[in-house]
Order: sequence, then structure tokens, then C-alpha cells
Amino acid sequence: MSDHAIDVQRVAELARLVLEPAEVERFEVELGACLEYIAVLQQVDTDRVEPTSHPLPQVTPFRSDVASAALPLERALENAPATDGESFLVPRVVG
Amino acid sequence: MSADALLDRSLTEQVAALRAREVTSAALTEAALARIGRDNPRLNAGITVDRVAALSAAAAIDAKRSAGAEIGPLSGVPVGLKDMICTEGLRTTAASKILDTFIPPYDATVAARIRSAGGVIVGKLNQDEFAMGSSNENSAYGPVRNPVDETRSPGGSSGGSAAAVAARHCALTLGTDTGGSIRQPASFCGVVGVKPTYGRVSRWGVVAFASSLDQVGPLTATVEDAAIALDVLMGHDPKDSTSIVGAPESVAAALDRGVGGLKIGIPAEYFTQGCDEEVAAAVRKALSTYERLGATLVDVSLPHTPYAVATYYLIATAEASSNLARYDGVRYGRRAEAYSGLADMYGRSRAEGFGDEVKRRVMLGTYALSAGYYDAYYLKAQRVRTLISRDFARAFERCDVIAAPTSPVTAIGLGERVADPLQMYLLDVFTIPASLAGLPCMSLPCADRDGGGLPIGLQLIAPPLQEGRMISAAAAYEREVSHG
Repeated sequence: MSDHAIDVQRVAELARLVLEPAEVERFEVELGACLEYIAVLQQVDTDRVEPTSHPLPQVTPFRSDVASAALPLERALENAPATDGESFLVPRVVG
Repeated sequence: MSADALLDRSLTEQVAALRAREVTSAALTEAALARIGRDNPRLNAGITVDRVAALSAAAAIDAKRSAGAEIGPLSGVPVGLKDMICTEGLRTTAASKILDTFIPPYDATVAARIRSAGGVIVGKLNQDEFAMGSSNENSAYGPVRNPVDETRSPGGSSGGSAAAVAARHCALTLGTDTGGSIRQPASFCGVVGVKPTYGRVSRWGVVAFASSLDQVGPLTATVEDAAIALDVLMGHDPKDSTSIVGAPESVAAALDRGVGGLKIGIPAEYFTQGCDEEVAAAVRKALSTYERLGATLVDVSLPHTPYAVATYYLIATAEASSNLARYDGVRYGRRAEAYSGLADMYGRSRAEGFGDEVKRRVMLGTYALSAGYYDAYYLKAQRVRTLISRDFARAFERCDVIAAPTSPVTAIGLGERVADPLQMYLLDVFTIPASLAGLPCMSLPCADRDGGGLPIGLQLIAPPLQEGRMISAAAAYEREVSHG
């Protein structure tokens, strides 16, 4: 494995993507090329440089602690792939 | 003038005709829908057309006007929105199979602002999937063709938004810009595109790609039109915690300020790095026009420019991997039909719903944020981002605006770069730095098109919140070349 190899299978599991074997092979090559390119950043001296957390200096504003109208239940559920009319339905997690 | 002929005119002229009651909003909207119906099978600029709701909104505006009520500054003109922008009751796909059937229960703040200003939303425009791309070839609904030359890409990711203005379907469309996605397609299609200062325009209800970079902006045929649209779009939104507090000054009010005494910074780094000679020559010619108008050219340096693309592809992908985690087949969007258990349902729904470029970026971002790599990749990129912002701050000590090419090349051929993701990323080399620094920036046409050449974009970049200064500089150039 070169310096810029990426364990695509492992990363795909973290990213919740079920990939075909052919995809894994192709992404290894493509993402490897990206990482090789990105390695250019290691040339930059960033000692004593603060990381950017927000592009412009800004203070997070506060709002009054007052409840505002939320989406009605039926509207919140209308795009759900599976619902019982009150909740989102998902496959059984515990036996 | 017929409603169809009026579509070829600017937003400003359309508004004037509507106000003078020379045309109704219903007639203009009908004409726009007819053009879209005629061109869309070929250009593929639109994903969803909203005929019934558009005509009903137009009729309502006409009725209000007849009753003597005040209509907002858009006065009933047809407007197209990039399909990243949620529209209540109107399908919003982000050009992804995973959102193919998604109908938002609410309007994005920018969609609501367009409506309350009297804009008639006629449809949702094609783009790269989740705004990830530079050629509009990553759309689940197929590529858009550039109206200037249909064998070419309109650019991306807001390719449909730029093409719809270039084909004069709408005088105003909205796009989103994360690393150049408004400016680069504007450049490829020969229209005006503006990315305001980060935080100037609300992101609420806009499908999130990279939250520290995403910004909505207008695409129009003229600078004046862009100024009118900016005044509609800009302003604080309590629903977006990154929205800038306070009322912005009118951009339209700055249109006639001129450029006498303006110092324009020219960054040497933007005229190398693979910039086509044809592009550099057109931009240099525009700069000499500025000198003639009384501006002074100043050499500036943005030394960290060569690191911007790498920085961007770590930060944007890291944020995307987090933002796109919400597409899991539970609350909205596509769910795989066959799976075994919850985790498999997530994995298969996402794998079936996302296209290749989205998968690549989600994985690159996941990798950059994963244990053991966070410091080396993500944190390193955020530090280099600070250096890129400092470059601009230093340059703006010596100049008022920066001028440069928008893209190193003119519109690429469809299919030309799809095989090599990295080559595609490098198309954004001149637009990414200003995005990383959160600066207002825009592209306006500067090519001499008499010889039938392709459009070329002149990019202007201003200090934070100086949209007015940027627009006044753009308007001065536009006035000179259209009347000079």
C-alpha cells in the first residue's frame, strides 16, 4: 500500500454505504489520487496558525427562550418511507 | 412588445413593463412556460416545472395590481430556483435519486423572500447532485446543455440556473455557491452570478452541502438585475444561526457610484496555474477598460492560492459527510426495498440513492474526520484556510476590490473531464479561495463575443459585506462595454 492508500471498505462502513466489490476497487484508485493531491498541504507551515472555525468573526446570537410553532405531525410524516401515522417506522432493532 | 419578446429583456425591463401594465404577470409567466416547454427536452435545464402553481401565483399578482395594491420589487416576473432550495409543496430533489419524491413541507427563507417580493416561481432547476460538481454532469436527471453551445457543459453546480438565464427562460434564477457553483456556470454561460458574503443570505431550507461555505445568490443577465435580486435576498434570518445580524445597505443604491479612484488588486497567482491565454487576455482587456474609467490597478499577491483546492476538498467533503448523514431512509427520501436490519437499510438506501461523486465526497470526508486522520487532514485544512483568509485581508490593505478570471478555461465539452475527478476539481481553482475566506464575489461576462467565441467571466472579489462596492465596480464595466 502506498502512502496515499485508503481502506475504502472500512471508510464505506463508517459512511454507511454498501458498496459493490467493483466500486471498492474503483474508489480506491480515485480516492488514492485525491489523497495524493491533498498531500500538498503538508508543505504549508501552519505552526501557530489558528484553524478557521467560522469564515468571518461572528458571535452566535441568542434568541428568546420562547416556544414557536413546529411542523404539525402529519406534515412531518408525509415524506416518510414508512409510518404508522404517529411515528417513523424502522426495521426491528431489538428482538 | 409581446410577452415572449419581453423574456429577452432584462429583469429591470420586465419589472417596468409589468408596472406600466404593458403586460400581465400571467402572460409573461405563460410565455416563460412555453419557452421552457420548447427548450427543456434539449437543454435539460429544469427538473420540475410548476405550471399550475406558477400561473395561479401570477394571476393573484395581476389581481392585486388591478386592485391597486402594492406589489414587491419583482412585480410578477418568472423566477427559477436551483433544486437545492426547498419549496413548499413543490418537489425538491437536489438532483439526487435519494430525494426523487421529496416534497418539502415548507419554503426556504429565500423562496419565501422571492414570493413575497412578487417573484413567480416557475420551476426547479437542474444541477450537480447535492451541488457536488463543476459541469452539471453529476445530476441524477442528466446533464444540462450550455445554450451558447449545446455540445458544451453549462458549468456547475448551478448549471441549470445559468442555462435558464442564458436561454432567457427567466431573467432571474437562484443558485448556490460552495466553491464556485454560481460564478463558474455564470462564466461558462455568459451571465452574471453573485455569491454574497457568507451569512448575508439565509441558508434556512436550503439543502446543506458544506455549511461553512454554502451561500445562495442570484444569476441574471445584467449587473443591475443582480443588484435588485440581492436587495430581495439579503438580510438577517433568525432561523439561520450563521446569518449576519443587522440590515444590509441597498446594493441597487450603489449601482451608479462608478470606479473613479477605485484601487483594483490584480493577483499574479490567478494568471498562471493553467489559465488559458484567451481567458487571461480577455480579463486583461477588461482591466484596461477599468483604467480608462479612472480606476487604478495594483499588483497584489495571494500566495496560498495553490493550496486552496486541496483545502477545499477536505473541508467541503468533511462537512458534506456530516450533512448527508441525514439521508438514511427513515424520515424522508428513498429507502431501499431489500435489506436485512437497520444498519443494512441505511447502507443500501444510501448506496442506491447517491451517485458516484456524492459517494466519493462522503467517503473522502468521512476519512478526513476519522480517528487518526482528523489532525492531519481536517484540522490542517482549517489552518491553511486561515492563511488563505489572511492573504485576502493583506491584499485588501492595498486595494478596494480584486479582479481576476472566474475560471481558467471557457466552457468545457460535455464528457471531457468526467473520467478524472481531480481534473474536474481543478476547474474551481480561481473560485474556491474567496469561498474559503467567506468573501462576496461575482462573475460578469467580459469576452468580446463578436467573433462567435465562448463566454469568459471576469471575477470581482470584495472585502466582507462590501457587496455594494463590488456591484458598483461591475456596473461601471457593464455600462462601458454595452454603451461604449
